[in-house]
Amino acid sequence: MKFTVQVNEGPYQHQASDTAQQFVRAALEKGHEIYRVFFYHDGVNNGTRLTVPPQDDRHLQKGWTELAEKHGLDLVICIAAAQRRGIMDADEAKRQGLDADNIAPGFRISGLGQLIEGGIQSDRTVVFGD
Amino acid sequence: MAILHIVNKSPYERDSLTSCLRDAKSGSGLILIEDGVLAADKRGKFAGALGDASKGMKVSVLGPDLDARGISRDNVVDGIQIVDYAGFVDLVAEFDCPQSWL
Repeated sequence: MKFTVQVNEGPYQHQASDTAQQFVRAALEKGHEIYRVFFYHDGVNNGTRLTVPPQDDRHLQKGWTELAEKHGLDLVICIAAAQRRGIMDADEAKRQGLDADNIAPGFRISGLGQLIEGGIQSDRTVVFGD
Repeated sequence: MAILHIVNKSPYERDSLTSCLRDAKSGSGLILIEDGVLAADKRGKFAGALGDASKGMKVSVLGPDLDARGISRDNVVDGIQIVDYAGFVDLVAEFDCPQSWL
């Protein structure tokens, strides 16, 4: 079965990012396909490569990046939510005249249409948030 | 269409579980995750409502989230099944449409 997962909450805010990641791992282990993970609202904060949690804490951004690298996941960050919160890839940073970008490996920035398309292409869309 | 209702907030904090139980139809599913698992404690004041709900709906609770909150599995309301993340995935696949009560 194909799943699209939507994450509306930032890492370490509460538990949504953790639950979504565990759900994605379990779905992949069972042989399902994760068509897309769409990060919306504060969920876009999962995609900054500059997070440095304490060493004995889980590293949620790295967890997503590793899942993307291992399973070819499509991790999409909503552009409007990202711009509000300062999540930039190199192209957007340049377009906005900013001096740095911070998007983590495995993530890409795109529009809300990607969420809709994920919903159309997938058998189930599961939302995690606050 | 059978819906899987997903409730992730404590019923002592928000009304999402109460709203869900009011609107959910017989034959649908309910899974309690994150702080939502607090409702599944049979010593709590939502035990009766969940026990009643489990007669017409498939009610589940995410075991790892019970463990994380120190709720003994022995104290889960009768009629509620305890699942792991793989079981959560199975429920999402089993029902036609998941609905998160955020």
